Amino acid sequence: MKSIFNPPIGSISEINGKCISLIGDDIDTDRIIPARFLKCINFDALGKSVFDDDRKTLKGNHPFDLECNNGASILIVNSNFGCGSSREHAPQALMRWGIKAIIGESFADIFYSNCIAIGIPCFTLPSSTIKTMQKYTDNKDFFLKIDLYKSIALAKDLKFNLEIKESSKKMFLSGEWDATSTLLANKSLIEEKINELPYIKFNNDSP
Amino acid sequence: MSQDTLFDKVWDLHKVANLPGGSDQIFIGLHLIHEVTSPQAFGALKDKNLKVKFPNRTVATVDHIVPTDNQSRPFKDNLAEQMIDTLEKNCLEHEIKFFNIGSGNQGIVHVVAPELGLTQPGMTIACGDSHTSTHGAFGSIAFGIGTSQVRDVLASQTIAMNKLKVRQIWCENKLPNGIFAKDLILNIINQLGVKAGVGYAYEFAGPAISALSMEERMTICNMSIEGGARCGYINPDEKTFSYIKDRIFSPKEENWEKAIKWWKSLQSSDSSIYDDVFKLDASKIEPTITWGITPGQSISINQKIPTLKEIEPCDQFIAGEAYEYMGFKPGQSIKDTPIDVCFIGSCTNGRISDLRIAAEVLKHHKVAKNIKAFVVPGSEMVAKEAKEEGLDRIFINAGFQWREPGCSMCLAMNSDKLMGNQVSASSSNRNFKGRQGSPNGRTLLMSPAMVAAASIAGKVSDVRDFINK
Ligand code: SF4
Repeated sequence: MKSIFNPPIGSISEINGKCISLIGDDIDTDRIIPARFLKCINFDALGKSVFDDDRKTLKGNHPFDLECNNGASILIVNSNFGCGSSREHAPQALMRWGIKAIIGESFADIFYSNCIAIGIPCFTLPSSTIKTMQKYTDNKDFFLKIDLYKSIALAKDLKFNLEIKESSKKMFLSGEWDATSTLLANKSLIEEKINELPYIKFNNDSP
Repeated sequence: MSQDTLFDKVWDLHKVANLPGGSDQIFIGLHLIHEVTSPQAFGALKDKNLKVKFPNRTVATVDHIVPTDNQSRPFKDNLAEQMIDTLEKNCLEHEIKFFNIGSGNQGIVHVVAPELGLTQPGMTIACGDSHTSTHGAFGSIAFGIGTSQVRDVLASQTIAMNKLKVRQIWCENKLPNGIFAKDLILNIINQLGVKAGVGYAYEFAGPAISALSMEERMTICNMSIEGGARCGYINPDEKTFSYIKDRIFSPKEENWEKAIKWWKSLQSSDSSIYDDVFKLDASKIEPTITWGITPGQSISINQKIPTLKEIEPCDQFIAGEAYEYMGFKPGQSIKDTPIDVCFIGSCTNGRISDLRIAAEVLKHHKVAKNIKAFVVPGSEMVAKEAKEEGLDRIFINAGFQWREPGCSMCLAMNSDKLMGNQVSASSSNRNFKGRQGSPNGRTLLMSPAMVAAASIAGKVSDVRDFINK
C-alpha cells in the first residue's frame, strides 16, 4: 500500500507496472469490497479493505497479500469481473490499493463504466491469452508496458494486442474520462431537452 | 442493431448529444439517491464548485444502513448515524426531496419510487444502485450507476453512456399454481447465464409476463442485473396504468389522459427488431432455489445439485468454488437441506403481495424450532398496509420477528447478519460469498412463499405441499 494516494488526472496514455493475477470467474463487487466497508462518506480508507473476506479466508495466501505482489498495478482477471452491486467503492478500493489498469476476459457493465469514470482503463483479451498471462504472473515478476494509443501491452519478449472500446480509449487519451465538464459543455442542449420531454410537462413540477 | 423497440424510442428521445468519444449523452428523467452511494458524489460536486442542476428531478430516501429493530435517533451504530446525517444535510443544502424515516414513505428506494407514482413509462431513471433495473417493470429505461455518474447526474442531469443492445425474452404460456415471478427469473438467469446480459437491455414479454401483476413484474426486472443486463423492462399496459393512477406523483386530471396516450405510443410492436430473442416456456417451471454462489446456480426443488460433468466447461471453475463454499456435494438433492435463518424482504420480494403470499403459507403454522425468521417490509407504506390487513399478526403468531423497513439482511449493512456458516432461506437477490454479513454464511435464494415453507419445516421444502392442501 502506498501511503499517499494520488488519483489520476488528465490524459492517460501509458501504464507501466507489475502484474498481479486473480483467478476466478464472476468475482462480484461484494467480494471486492464487502458491504460493511460501505459505511463511509468518502473513499479514502478503502484500499486496505479490498477483498477483505477472501483475504481473511486465505490467511495471507490471497494474491493481494503475497509479498511478491507488492507494488503491482496491473490486475489480470478472468470473466465477468465486477458483477453484482453498482458500488463504485469496488474500483475505488482497487485503485487505492494500487491498481491502475485491469486486463480481463470480460467485465460487468456497471463495474466497467465505474472504472472509466475514475480513470482505470479495462482491456479485454481472449481467455487463452489471459490464462497464459496469469501463468507468467504466478511464476515470476511480470511487468507490462501498456500503450493505450496503439492498444498494445509489451513485456520483455512478448507483445499482446489489447482490446478496448473505441469510445473508452478516446476518453482516456483526451482526458475526457472525467466526464462532468464535457457533459456540462452542452448546457443549452440539456435545457432544450428538458423542455421537450412530454412527461416533464404532464407531471408539472413533480417529482 | 435493435430498431423501434421501447428501448430505442426512449433512448433516442433522451439523447442530448453525441459525445466526442463516441458515447451518447443521455438525459435522466428521474434520479433516485440513497445514503450509501451519494455522499462521495456530493463531496465531488463541492470539490468542483458545482451546484445540483435540477434539484426537483432527484428524490432521496434512506434504506441500506437503517436498523430494523430500533430506529430511534441517533442510531446505535455511529457510522450509520453519520451516513443518514450526511444525506439529511445534503438534501437540505441542495433542496432535494427526501423521504426520511417516519415520513410514511421511507423504504427501499426501488419499492418507494413506484409506490409514490414517481416511476412512470417512458422515463429514463438512474440511481446509484444496480437494482434500479426494477423500475423497468413500468416501461421505463432504468439502470444502476456508480458514484461518479451520480455526481454527473447531479451536476448536469445527464450521463455519458453507450447504447445497449436489446434482447427480447419471450415467456410462453403461464406460470403454474404455486410458482412465482422469482422462480421465473431464476430460471431465465440459469438458462442464459449470469453474463449473457452484459451489453444488453432485456425486454421481458409474452403471455406469461402479461399475466403478472405489477409487483411480480418488478421482481422480474429487478433481477435483470443478476443476468448481467444493466436494464430490464416490460412494455406498459392497462395494469401499468392502473397501478400508477392516483398515486402522489402520478399525472392528474387532463394530464392523465395525455400521459396514457403518450405511454401507449412507446410500446414495442410486431415490427420491432431485436438484437436477439430468447424463448422459454413458463408452464414448465417449478419452485426454484439457488444452490451456489451466483444467482445463476439454481435448480428446481426436485432436481439434484449438478455434477461437474453436467456443467458447461466455462462454468465449471465457479461451480467448484460453489461446492466448496456451500458445503454441498454434487449430485446431492437440495430438498430437505436444513435452514438456520429465514429472511423475507428486499427490493426483489419485500412488497405487499410478497408478504400476503408468505402469510398465506404461514397461517395456522409455526416456525420450526431453532430457526430465526424475520420479515422486513420493503417500505413504510408496505408495513402500514400489511398491518391494516393483519399480516403482521400472522407472521408474529407463526414465530417470525416483524421488523421496520429497510434493506436489512439482503446485504447486511446493519446488524441483521448471518453468523458463521449459517444457511439462510432468503427472498433477496444475491447469494454471493459473504453477501449476508458472514464471510462464510450461505444463502439460498427462493420465492417468499418458499421461504415461508422452509421456515415451517426447518428445511428446504416444496411450497406446493403447503398451499395445495
Ligand atoms: S434490498 Fe438489497 S438489492 Fe435491494 S437496494 Fe437494498 S441492498 Fe440493494
